[in-house]
Amino acid sequence: MLKAKDLLGLRTLSTDEMDEIMRVAIPMKDIIMRDIKKVPTLRGKSMATLFFENSTRTKSSFEIAAKYLSADCTNLAVSTSSVQKGETLIDTAITLEVMGIELFVMRHGASGAPHFLGRNTKARIINAGDGMNEHPTQGLLDMFTMKDKKGDLGNLTVTILGDVAHSRVARSNIWGLTKYGANVRVVGPETLLPIELQKMGVEVYTDVDKALKGADVVNVLRLQKERQSSGLLPSLVEYNKFWGLTSKRLELIKEDGIIMHPGPMNRGVEIMPEVYEDPRSVVDEQVTNGVAIRMALLFMMLGGKTSDEIN
Amino acid sequence: MKLIKDGHIIDPANSIDDIMDILIIDEKISKIEKNIEVKPEYEIINAKGLMVFPGLIDMHVHLREPGFEYKETIKTGLAAAAKGGFTTIACMPNTKPAIDERTIVEALDRKARGAKVNLKVIGAATKNIDSDQLTEMGDMKEAGIVAISNDGKPVKNAYITRRVLEYAKKFDLILIEHCEDESMANGGFIHEGYYSTILGLKGIPREAEDLIVARDIALAKMTGGKVHIAHISSKNSVDLVREAKKQGINITAEVTPQHLVLTDQAVESFDTSTKINPPFRSEQDREALIAGLIDGTIDMIATDHAPHARWEKEVEFAYAPFGVVGLETAVSLMYTKLVKTGIIKYSTLIEKMANNPGRIFNLGGELKIGNDADITLFDPNIEWIVNPDEFYSMGRNTPFKGWNLDGQVIHTIVKGDFALKNGKVI
Ligand SMILES: [Zn+2]
Ligand SMILES: [Zn+2]
Repeated sequence: MLKAKDLLGLRTLSTDEMDEIMRVAIPMKDIIMRDIKKVPTLRGKSMATLFFENSTRTKSSFEIAAKYLSADCTNLAVSTSSVQKGETLIDTAITLEVMGIELFVMRHGASGAPHFLGRNTKARIINAGDGMNEHPTQGLLDMFTMKDKKGDLGNLTVTILGDVAHSRVARSNIWGLTKYGANVRVVGPETLLPIELQKMGVEVYTDVDKALKGADVVNVLRLQKERQSSGLLPSLVEYNKFWGLTSKRLELIKEDGIIMHPGPMNRGVEIMPEVYEDPRSVVDEQVTNGVAIRMALLFMMLGGKTSDEIN
Repeated sequence: MKLIKDGHIIDPANSIDDIMDILIIDEKISKIEKNIEVKPEYEIINAKGLMVFPGLIDMHVHLREPGFEYKETIKTGLAAAAKGGFTTIACMPNTKPAIDERTIVEALDRKARGAKVNLKVIGAATKNIDSDQLTEMGDMKEAGIVAISNDGKPVKNAYITRRVLEYAKKFDLILIEHCEDESMANGGFIHEGYYSTILGLKGIPREAEDLIVARDIALAKMTGGKVHIAHISSKNSVDLVREAKKQGINITAEVTPQHLVLTDQAVESFDTSTKINPPFRSEQDREALIAGLIDGTIDMIATDHAPHARWEKEVEFAYAPFGVVGLETAVSLMYTKLVKTGIIKYSTLIEKMANNPGRIFNLGGELKIGNDADITLFDPNIEWIVNPDEFYSMGRNTPFKGWNLDGQVIHTIVKGDFALKNGKVI
């Protein structure tokens, strides 16, 4: 059971709750692997996606998760030109709520937007990424993948590589992993590492080689290309030279270490193509696990109670 | 004729800290003595158990007129001031149009006519706030402005600031500076620190303030002009001002009650009533502000009362405008959090909220025979809960909603007349 109405971030989730979600995701993953991938569990339940930022991947992942569980999913296409703030957002949500929507999956460019909506609606909310704050389902699917591949999270050394400052994926990973006692390292150019990061319980590096040495997991963050025009980076080429994940740098992580990326990738910038093709890359499996985690959350938040029920 | 009887008068400017009476005749303070003889013609104000202060003065208020009357009007703002115990407030010129010429100053004076609380106007330093053209500050001074400021922004660059300071000297006008280097702030909206990092909200480093404070100290030194630092928030800036004062540079500073009480941790909930500029800073900054207040580096407390309409603040954090209201909570908050806790003395509170703004901006601020009878009576024994729905201000944007506070203003007397009587605005 989740304690709060809304799933806003991993900062406010306990390890018990995260354990439960990941436990429920296991049978969900089995469903995905079946020939007939549809169970009637959430038949008659209604949810909507509210995406104020484009994200084909995350949105489809939620839609597919809903479909496999037989929930009705409405997609509210919010074109970027008509993005309006404040009461417009509340109005939109309440209109859908009175039409029977019980859960919103929300992606928004402003940190705290789902928290704001959550305070103003009775419907439950899953944060599918808010500004630079959190992306909790990505954090959960990353941890689920790590746990699946490497076992107990508390024994792992995880290196998060790249633009930590602008990354909600990094923040959710840090909150989740540090709660399990993992050794979390972050590395990138100082311009992309926010101030007082070590207070989150991580080791902060600017030298990639040091940060990768002996890591069980390297989670590579996507670099937004506009960073070079805002005084944060001289060029993508130089970024790749000093911080890109190359096969040479990959020699530094544990032999059985794994490589992760939340996608979509900028090949040749933060990650080299041969690294993606390395047998230790679990990027495709992350995508499958993402559907499983989202199914687990929809199940828990739209009707299901405990993990026993699904079997 | 009014006789304030048996109140505990505190006025450090006149070294008064005692139970005494005050006799008011014809708008003026006529006597301050022990046991003034009661005469039948006196209206007696029983002040037994009350604290009697020189009328409080707030040098930093946004009244939103002209142009933003849906946020606040002169009428509602002055009512809020009376409720908070302020007998004089000064309003900032970042209105629409900006208060940047004599006619607008006069129009505001006309609007304030009949109001009990004294309204003083601060004129813009440059036309339309953000320009290279100096305002006719001499003409505005004749119409009554008490200072100049481009609040919301600092004067746009070092060169123009130099010229403003040089020119303003002839009219003895102090430049009140909102210190924020725009390029350094870079679109941020909370303090750059642990909370901006974990919440993924864009930060404004304290150095954005420090850079303009340092610039203005250099220019005050160069020109001999007077600079007053508005809403100081950074510990480094406190150090810069302290050092400049040691060198005899003409610099003064104010701090807001909210910066003395809250830190950036308040932003954690994404509540837009915690979005202010300069932002709530770290605990070390807050401690430095208190130290600066105590050692005299910071001369006064000013609210930066900044009302907004409900719908403007009920939005995602990034889109909300900056500012909180403060007139109706300031003195109770300072009493509860600083005086009652023993951090500062009663006398320090009165210096910062009456004596010093009065002296620096030439607005009275002390209980002296012959002065206007501007007096605030405060009951330290009232306990109350902040309920924005009861505010006289149209603004409801306070981070102190639901807080339990001690002490409340009971009567606010301006020129011998009640602006607030028994807690009700007249
Ligand atoms: Zn300001
Ligand atoms: Zn202001």
